Amino acid sequence: MTLVPRRLLRLLLDASRDLLPIMLVIAFFQVVVLQQPFPSLGGVAAGSLLVILGLALFVQGLEMGLFPLGEAMADAFARKGNLTALLTFAFCLGFGTTVAEPALIAVAGKAAAAASEAGAIADSGEARGTYTLYLRLTVACSVGTALVLGVFRILKGWPIQYLIVGGYLLVVALTFFAPPGIVGIAYDAGGVTTSTITVPLVTALGVGLAGSIRGRNVMVDGFGLIALASLTPMIFVLILGMVA
Amino acid sequence: MEAGLGLLHHTLTTTLATVIDVAPIVVILFGFQFVVLRKRPPNLKKILIGFVYVLAGLSLFLVGLEEALFPLGETMAAQLTAPAFIYGPGGGGGGEHFSHWYDYFWVYVFAAAIGFATTVAEPSLIAVALKAENISGGAVNAFGLRMAVAVGVAAGVALGAFRIVTGTPLPFYITAGYVVVILQTMRASKTIIPLAYDSGGVTTSTVTVPVVTALGLGLASTIPGRSPLIDGFGLIAFASLFPIMAVLGYASLMFWWRRRRDVGGKSTNADGGEDRT
Repeated sequence: MTLVPRRLLRLLLDASRDLLPIMLVIAFFQVVVLQQPFPSLGGVAAGSLLVILGLALFVQGLEMGLFPLGEAMADAFARKGNLTALLTFAFCLGFGTTVAEPALIAVAGKAAAAASEAGAIADSGEARGTYTLYLRLTVACSVGTALVLGVFRILKGWPIQYLIVGGYLLVVALTFFAPPGIVGIAYDAGGVTTSTITVPLVTALGVGLAGSIRGRNVMVDGFGLIALASLTPMIFVLILGMVA
Repeated sequence: MEAGLGLLHHTLTTTLATVIDVAPIVVILFGFQFVVLRKRPPNLKKILIGFVYVLAGLSLFLVGLEEALFPLGETMAAQLTAPAFIYGPGGGGGGEHFSHWYDYFWVYVFAAAIGFATTVAEPSLIAVALKAENISGGAVNAFGLRMAVAVGVAAGVALGAFRIVTGTPLPFYITAGYVVVILQTMRASKTIIPLAYDSGGVTTSTVTVPVVTALGLGLASTIPGRSPLIDGFGLIAFASLFPIMAVLGYASLMFWWRRRRDVGGKSTNADGGEDRT
């Protein structure tokens, strides 16, 4: 069928190669630096097998499912020519994929715990819950906004560097006014928003749009959505820190 | 037997969690597909199978990591930052210790090594690198791009650990990093800039975030005078900024190397593509 044995073998080999560095690092530090016995070799081997199998399936699924779907949708939106629908889709995609993102929930939870320990918010479950929720909604809105801006940029063909450099300047300026406690969280929020399923979809969307619009170059105009989605959360969370 | 059951249980709960995570994406995609676009995508069946592969793959990947590697990685981050390890046995008593930044040698080495290793296994980076190689017709080498990004993350996380140890303000580093990126952007080829910026965002997802966050919070709670709130965060920001520099640098290096080779007249290979796995 679609997964012929030779291709499967190739995918599994690639996945093993990708996992090898982690294994080496952990083994080296465990045995040489910390001088502790390597715990339950069987468990580590079973886990690694799952990781390798999982990576191989993921890469195969990307090329069968996520990439073609993202590009087909970009193409369909470009043909339809309805700007409002496209921008609404971009916002929903950014917001919807981020608000439930596990990495973001984890970091927001740790941020709430750290903030209540430091006395920035009340030390109660309710206060921490509210803090976590606000943080997640803020970051989700910022990613939605980023995709709207990024799609608009692809349509217009603006160079990405002006937007990014402008964003950097804004981040630096806002840092001066934001309370110090929020700065680290804000800077990290940019990194955790783009999840493993969002990235391939958003990349395919950008590349597909740039490919469907006359006069756009896929390399120059197609990439850049992820960059914007990593930048706006910093700006939005810094602002949240100033108003909250 | 019990371990096997536990693994099965873990696999099922993780699969369920992944499906719940992906549910909003699926609703949005198919909602727009059928309500707004009103057109069946071509090869719908193949796309659905692909989705199932992605979900199953990601679940297995996460279970494997959580079973085998994360506990080790997080424990090691805690052990390496523990006072007993840093000040030697018998140390870590009173608050008298005058520790130098170089006492944390193994922390920096660990930070760099784990940053590199987790980035190599990061699925979203694999996705972007594959796409870039495809659409550039091989001018961008997927493996080379991933290595450049991994080196960037390694440098970033190590420097981030150094910052937590010394307690110097995060904004200084990030602002200086921005200045370097802006300078590099002014000299870089137009086709690599968007890809380089994107590589900053994709480095930190499933694999890198948990281990690196544990390292940062562990360091900040061990070192006297550091607050987890102010100093514990920020490692991810380093890991997102440095790959941009690394990819821009890698691109200039490749450009310089190809031009030098072509001027040397040894190779007239027009596309300049080098064969690597």
